[in-house]
Amino acid sequence: MKLLTSLLRASLDSLRDLTPVVLVVVFFQFLVLRQPLPDHMGLVDLGVGLVYVVLGLTLFVKGLQLGLFPIGEDLAYAFARKGSLAWLLLFSFALGFGTTVAEPALIAVANKAAEVVAAGGIIPNDIENQSRFAFQLRMVVAVSVGSAVVLGVLRIFKGWPLHYLIIAGYVIVLLITTVAPEEIIGIAYDSGGVTTSTITVPLVTALGVGLASSIKGRNPMLDGFGLIAFASVMPIIFVLVFGLVLT
Amino acid sequence: MQLLQTLYSTLLDVLPIAAIIFGFQYLVIRRRVTHLPRVLSGFGMVLLGLSLFLLGLEQALFPLGELMAVQLASPAFLPELVDGAQRHWSDYYWVYLFAFAIGASTTIAEPSLIAVSIKAGEISGGTIDPFMLRIAVALGMAFGITLGAWRIVTGTPLHWLVMGAYVLVILQTLRSPRMIIPLAFDSGGVTTSTITVPIIAALGLGLASSIEGRSILLDGFGMIALACLFPIITVMGYAQLANWLETRKKRTTE
Repeated sequence: MKLLTSLLRASLDSLRDLTPVVLVVVFFQFLVLRQPLPDHMGLVDLGVGLVYVVLGLTLFVKGLQLGLFPIGEDLAYAFARKGSLAWLLLFSFALGFGTTVAEPALIAVANKAAEVVAAGGIIPNDIENQSRFAFQLRMVVAVSVGSAVVLGVLRIFKGWPLHYLIIAGYVIVLLITTVAPEEIIGIAYDSGGVTTSTITVPLVTALGVGLASSIKGRNPMLDGFGLIAFASVMPIIFVLVFGLVLT
Repeated sequence: MQLLQTLYSTLLDVLPIAAIIFGFQYLVIRRRVTHLPRVLSGFGMVLLGLSLFLLGLEQALFPLGELMAVQLASPAFLPELVDGAQRHWSDYYWVYLFAFAIGASTTIAEPSLIAVSIKAGEISGGTIDPFMLRIAVALGMAFGITLGAWRIVTGTPLHWLVMGAYVLVILQTLRSPRMIIPLAFDSGGVTTSTITVPIIAALGLGLASSIEGRSILLDGFGMIALACLFPIITVMGYAQLANWLETRKKRTTE
């Protein structure tokens, strides 16, 4: 019973996320475009799809809160206090990698990217090559997020200022952009934004805040944040290099 | 059938993080998981939820984003052209308005943003108003998406815009109050939620495919990148403004 009410509350949250999108689309469709939906898109299909989205996101987030987040956060705190730097770094990498592989937005965008790249003739246009490209892209992004978390943890340990590292990251991005194939640039820049959402942000933030509060002289507010910032620059670099290797 | 297939591929997606969490728990920390049944049912829900979400994405969110892009950029909807005239980028004003509306409306109510902005208000000691901070992030996001739409319409190379934004970010970083910097950088990543990203991606790809002379491969991506960068700029800008107002107020009262 308690689970049911909390599920209901969670579905209201997902609904609140979706409502602005639906309102804006409805407003433009019927007041600006003043057109009915095209024939190939059934209203029922759309409605069912939106119900899937709300239901799916609700179950996903609730499941994360029941299963993954409590252990993940406990582990993050345990490793932050354990004192062994090698284990901490290994765990940081694994955490960044694992959460990124399961990130819904990345799965969706990688599949789209594979379709577009195949249609553009960069890779052979069949299902097998598309899914291989999507898989490789996601692995590259996941490895990059893993390394970003490792770098972020090292930063908290050593007390390096965040902005110098970010600026260095930006410079590297711009330098590689000049040699990377044109077709990968958009995908690479976008992959920085899609990696950091539902699963990655809470777990990685828990690691950062746990770490900053267990080291003397670190302010959790100042040093705990900023891990996400690395996780949105590193994938750009890695995917640009991936594009270089691919062509 | 489709659900089964999605369930299977989702299982492979969730497996690594499950293996990592349980592996570290049992092999390194060597502690038993408390409430194991609850945790396992949580994983089951993650699996089912992710599969449903991905199905719904294909069936509703992607088509909706693409439909809006195609319709708003179709010649039938755009203002009529004088014979032989070239389309000007300003003809696509409804596209920009749509992009702005989607960006602002999805960000302002984002739960994780609300939590973060309240925290930021606390650490700033009242200089930063949480509600204004949320508006700053939403405006940044909306502006980023609008700029992304404009870029697709005009075919401006993405890296020029990104480079400009980077320069702005770096200059602001050097002048902003120190405690806002990590928060500003994180706010860029946090705002792009799981629902917003697919809609924006579909919008960009739809625009690139329906505007003449644009390649879906070269121009279709990049909106998400800009949507992540501009909140950093507006958040630091707001912090600078708030700081400046505060010192001015102090000076006049003294």
